Amino acid sequence: MQKYFTRMGDGSGIYLDAETIRHDLEEGTADAASRGKIPELTEEERDYLYEIVVSPVNVTSIIRGKETVTSSDSGAFKINYQADISMDRATAIQVHEKVLSADSLDLGNIDYSYKSVKAILHDEAKVMENVQLNTIMPVLYGAMPNLGLYTKPDGPVDNWSELLPLGKIDEARAAQEEAIEYAVKDMVYVAAGMYRAGADGINFDTCGASGDADVMAALLAIEIIKKKYPSLGIEMGMAGEFILGMHGKLDYKGTRVAGLYPHRQVELAEKAGVSIFGPAINTNSNKSFPWNLARAVTFVKACSEASGIPVHANVGMGVGATPMSPVPPVDAVSRAAKSLIEIGKADGL
Amino acid sequence: MSGIRTAGDLVLRMQLARGLKIEQAKEYVASKLGVTPFELGDCSMMREIRQSLDLGYPMPDPGAAKGIEAKFNIVKVLGIKINSVENFKRKTGLQ
Repeated sequence: MQKYFTRMGDGSGIYLDAETIRHDLEEGTADAASRGKIPELTEEERDYLYEIVVSPVNVTSIIRGKETVTSSDSGAFKINYQADISMDRATAIQVHEKVLSADSLDLGNIDYSYKSVKAILHDEAKVMENVQLNTIMPVLYGAMPNLGLYTKPDGPVDNWSELLPLGKIDEARAAQEEAIEYAVKDMVYVAAGMYRAGADGINFDTCGASGDADVMAALLAIEIIKKKYPSLGIEMGMAGEFILGMHGKLDYKGTRVAGLYPHRQVELAEKAGVSIFGPAINTNSNKSFPWNLARAVTFVKACSEASGIPVHANVGMGVGATPMSPVPPVDAVSRAAKSLIEIGKADGL
Repeated sequence: MSGIRTAGDLVLRMQLARGLKIEQAKEYVASKLGVTPFELGDCSMMREIRQSLDLGYPMPDPGAAKGIEAKFNIVKVLGIKINSVENFKRKTGLQ
């Protein structure tokens, strides 16, 4: 029986037969549909995914004419801090524009949180000013709401992750509500500074990393920023496919924030004034690439169809069907990108 | 889309500025450049167009608009405001 090379969710190579690949595609889409209460992929769409998975080429690509654009999170420190090349961030952005052909990039501090940036905004703004003089593509400023940084001993608020196991539910909720107020102030302050520095937009990255309060803080900050600076673009990228209910009772404009999957998350993002929404579908490293692919495409397709704003699917290590590996295999990444655009209807990555 | 090699930066600007989905953003940019949305991804054709409109492109010729200079021209072609261009005008008394 012929077997095809593909991968596991951790990036390791495996050989699977046609029957197993088709089975995993069916199981992956069924899992997403069940969790999100959204439609499964059709048989025709699963057949197309199958063709993408078993294609004999190493790196695949999208159909000509279907090209989409890219945005980034922490884009300006992939070359320097992560690839370990001695280069400042402003130069790295020019390399992304002139050599790597990025459609946009975000400048961010290595401590990628608004709370951390607040204290060094005056220096970060000067970098943005120089970047804006020397680049053509849109350059955003990016950081995370990162609500956990507001808890003791690093911050002023009691730690809800310590309170919850003690059964102190009300105290945990109050602590999160207090942290939201601090975070909103910091995010609005940084956005104002970056607007003055000429930024094309603000990227709220990894929203929900600390649960529903983390998302709530981002939404409230975005609402204020859009009122103050209507022309400033806003990108909102998520931490995962499901918003954890660390608080559980937070409502944004009549919708409970906890428990939402991407197709409902984007509704709140639109209401807040977001320009570009980035769903993040978690990769299960114990499942095969075909399983993760069908699952991610199912979630992203539902999100794209529900959205009135562009959807940039997260396709980094451990999300968007991309294997959970520091160096994701390009055969898998290119297949994920093609599938998320052609079947998932993503407006960008 | 390959950024300034093609029209990726312009399409993304329309997503950020107007919240346009990919097809709408491409149609808008294509109409402003006088090409089809399909042609926006052709680096050969787009290089000629970007050269003629001085919108900035990789491996630029001497004298080509760079950085903020190219963005001044993008503002005119796309009919949008760019924050850094507005800042430049304000700081230099052009506004």
